[in-house]
Amino acid sequence: MLRISTDPIDTSHELRQFEKLADRAGGIVTFSGQVRPHASKGAVTTLFLQAYSPLTESGIESAIAEARTKWALDQVLVLHRTGEMSPGDTIVFVATASKHRRAAFEAADFLMDYLKTAAVFWKKEKTETGAYWIEPRDEDYKDAARWAEKEPV
Amino acid sequence: MQKILYFGRLSDVTGKSEELLDIPVTVETAGALREWLDTRFDASGALLDPTVRIAIDSEITFDSAPVHDATEIAFMPPVGGG
Repeated sequence: MLRISTDPIDTSHELRQFEKLADRAGGIVTFSGQVRPHASKGAVTTLFLQAYSPLTESGIESAIAEARTKWALDQVLVLHRTGEMSPGDTIVFVATASKHRRAAFEAADFLMDYLKTAAVFWKKEKTETGAYWIEPRDEDYKDAARWAEKEPV
Repeated sequence: MQKILYFGRLSDVTGKSEELLDIPVTVETAGALREWLDTRFDASGALLDPTVRIAIDSEITFDSAPVHDATEIAFMPPVGGG
């Protein structure tokens, strides 16, 4: 399941809902990403995230489908915020449920690598020294490349 | 009349994130539209950068794609990730 919205993400609420949905899975892994208070160019005041529907959605749906072919997953949830956010706000919430913890951990990791490098979002950081559009870091690309030859678990 | 979208840093270059435009009949392809808009905005090549991809009606396309039947044309710089 995927939801992209300007609404704040309540991670506790989302986890409870996901636990109900995946009550027979055995294992659940979640990841929440927050707006960092500091960037290379100074303290962050706001982060602006822009998506392009339906391209953003179809790309993430493809990544979810790929995760399902690589790992045996009972449930998958990806929530992503867009619009203007403040440091500490949750930008992204990923939850995976599987009988086996490793599958749940790896699938969540794989989805985050997709979201950090290939998902159709544009990101502008406003700091005390100005506003900057951000592109993925080299280490984000390296993280994402780890999955290229991954065999199913 | 077609809707043109400028994402990410391109909205800073063009001063807008979208606009409705009558594309001249002589501007037939996505590549020609890049050049026409780059001149129109005095964008110094920002729209010509090969890393800027063009989507026509939500499908990423090539510079040779025709534009006159399109409803929405988006100029997309490299994505920033989530």
